[in-house]
Amino acid sequence: MGQDKTVSERLWALAIWAAVIFFIVNFMAMIATVVINSFGTRWLGTWLPAGYTVRWYRSAWDEFQLGDVLITTFQVVGAVVLLSGLFGVPAAYALARRNFPGKQFVMLLFLLPLMIPPITFGIPLATVLYQLGAGGTLWGVIIANLVPTVPFVILVMIPFIEQIDPRIESAARVFGAGTGQLFVYVLVPLLAPGILAALLLVLVRTIAMFELTFFTAGPDSQTLVVALYYAVYAAGVRAGQSIDAMAVIYMITTLIWLLIALRFVDPTQMVARAKQEAAR
Amino acid sequence: MTHTADRLARAAQESTRERTPWRVRLALHDIDGITLLVVPAVLFVLGLFVYPFLYGLVLSFKPRAGDFLANYRKFFSDPFLYDTIFATLRLALPATIINVLVSIPVALRVRKLHRRRLLTTILVIPITLGTVLIAEGLLNYLGPQGWLNRTLMLFGVISAPLRLVHNYTGVMISLILSGFPFTFLLTLSYITGIDASLEQAAATLGATARARFRHIVLPLLVQGLAVNFCLSFVQTFSVFPSAVLLGAPAGDTRVISIAAYQAAYEQYDASMAAAIAMIMGFVQLTVVVLALAGRNLFYRGAAGGGKG
Repeated sequence: MGQDKTVSERLWALAIWAAVIFFIVNFMAMIATVVINSFGTRWLGTWLPAGYTVRWYRSAWDEFQLGDVLITTFQVVGAVVLLSGLFGVPAAYALARRNFPGKQFVMLLFLLPLMIPPITFGIPLATVLYQLGAGGTLWGVIIANLVPTVPFVILVMIPFIEQIDPRIESAARVFGAGTGQLFVYVLVPLLAPGILAALLLVLVRTIAMFELTFFTAGPDSQTLVVALYYAVYAAGVRAGQSIDAMAVIYMITTLIWLLIALRFVDPTQMVARAKQEAAR
Repeated sequence: MTHTADRLARAAQESTRERTPWRVRLALHDIDGITLLVVPAVLFVLGLFVYPFLYGLVLSFKPRAGDFLANYRKFFSDPFLYDTIFATLRLALPATIINVLVSIPVALRVRKLHRRRLLTTILVIPITLGTVLIAEGLLNYLGPQGWLNRTLMLFGVISAPLRLVHNYTGVMISLILSGFPFTFLLTLSYITGIDASLEQAAATLGATARARFRHIVLPLLVQGLAVNFCLSFVQTFSVFPSAVLLGAPAGDTRVISIAAYQAAYEQYDASMAAAIAMIMGFVQLTVVVLALAGRNLFYRGAAGGGKG
């Protein structure tokens, strides 16, 4: 192929690349404005700020109690990652290896929290959590965030588990390993890349998860994204530069984790993984 | 009480007596220790997803005042409330359709690249930024003194700054920006899942790129695109932060989630908030079901060699 390209095909390809470049350029410029503004002294009606400073980072740190917010964020994210792994991986294993009656129903049960936007189930969920006394607390935020992440881990892990040869597990069984030992010595090491990928994605998702945290968080249990929302919402009360400094901190926090995640998993293979392996 | 205790004791006795057959019989249905590993997660979803949802449903029929349908009647008789459905759909549907349609040609190009990973990474970054940060960035970038307006004025494309934020356009741009990477990734993974030899075979037989796309790629892709549409729609449907920050939350971007939020956290009417949440869920599921039903119609048409 390649040589039989007509003029219209070439133009079409050109148009697509132009669109992609336009998207990326604008997107990068948008990020650049945030970063530059966070270092700028005064930026009114010019291309670039009048001077540069780092004092907005200190003021963001003080004004928004960023230290506390970051600690809360890491507590929430850490607990969500750990618990969704503990709930999700064994369940995914059961679903990948057994064909019990009602399996279709269970799969649907896990699909629903992903097919319904968090903003829809967040409000009734927050009502229930407030009635139980968990609303406004750190645990309330963690529990609410687990609702979409547990099913997410399960659905991501099933194909990973299906790739493992069940004969390895049978061999372990023959040598007398129980289910617990099977997990610790056989499955977890073999599944490590998959578990790592799934949990990193959970981590990135949870840092960015706005709605569920917004509905369930009290003043002491805000995560970074919710604190950022309140800052932007009340823009004018605080210097725009210090909001942008906070946005940059947020961006760096998620970006680091995303880049780590991308080292372990090619996101395009989430769906087509099995097929590609078969083709090779 | 004693009666139940008796029955439980007898049941326990029976089960110990028939222990082996029971286990074997269950194992024949693939129920054993391994299967039980699914139980904690199931209980979790039942307790924290299904129960709150049913609770919300019941709560929505227990309004502060009036009969059990009062909340729904109020919602559908007040244009300030029911118009939020259309405001949401006016944003979510075009944004989703644009994202899905644009992702197809881009994914078809990208699939042939060698440095796919780099481009994919660049395109994935917006996912991590989250809607709030994108809103903040766009407020800077698209504002009257932002770089976009400055550039356009520098080249004389426009004479006065365009109004791009605090209105419908701003929210739409942010939905496309934050939604496209996700949509693109899904489309790319579906397209790379299509066996390349099918297309090569068609090319050998002299099919043009356009014909190959219409008769081979598209029919195979439709299933994936429908799922992709649904997942992207779910994301764009909750436009809450961008609609508040970038839009006109009292005007044409007053989406249904704003109405629900106001009922819950400004009027403290949990029952009304639950009713709006139920309506939200219903509207969203209706669109998803229509999309999945439409997939079948479309699929038959394309497979029969009709227009694609």
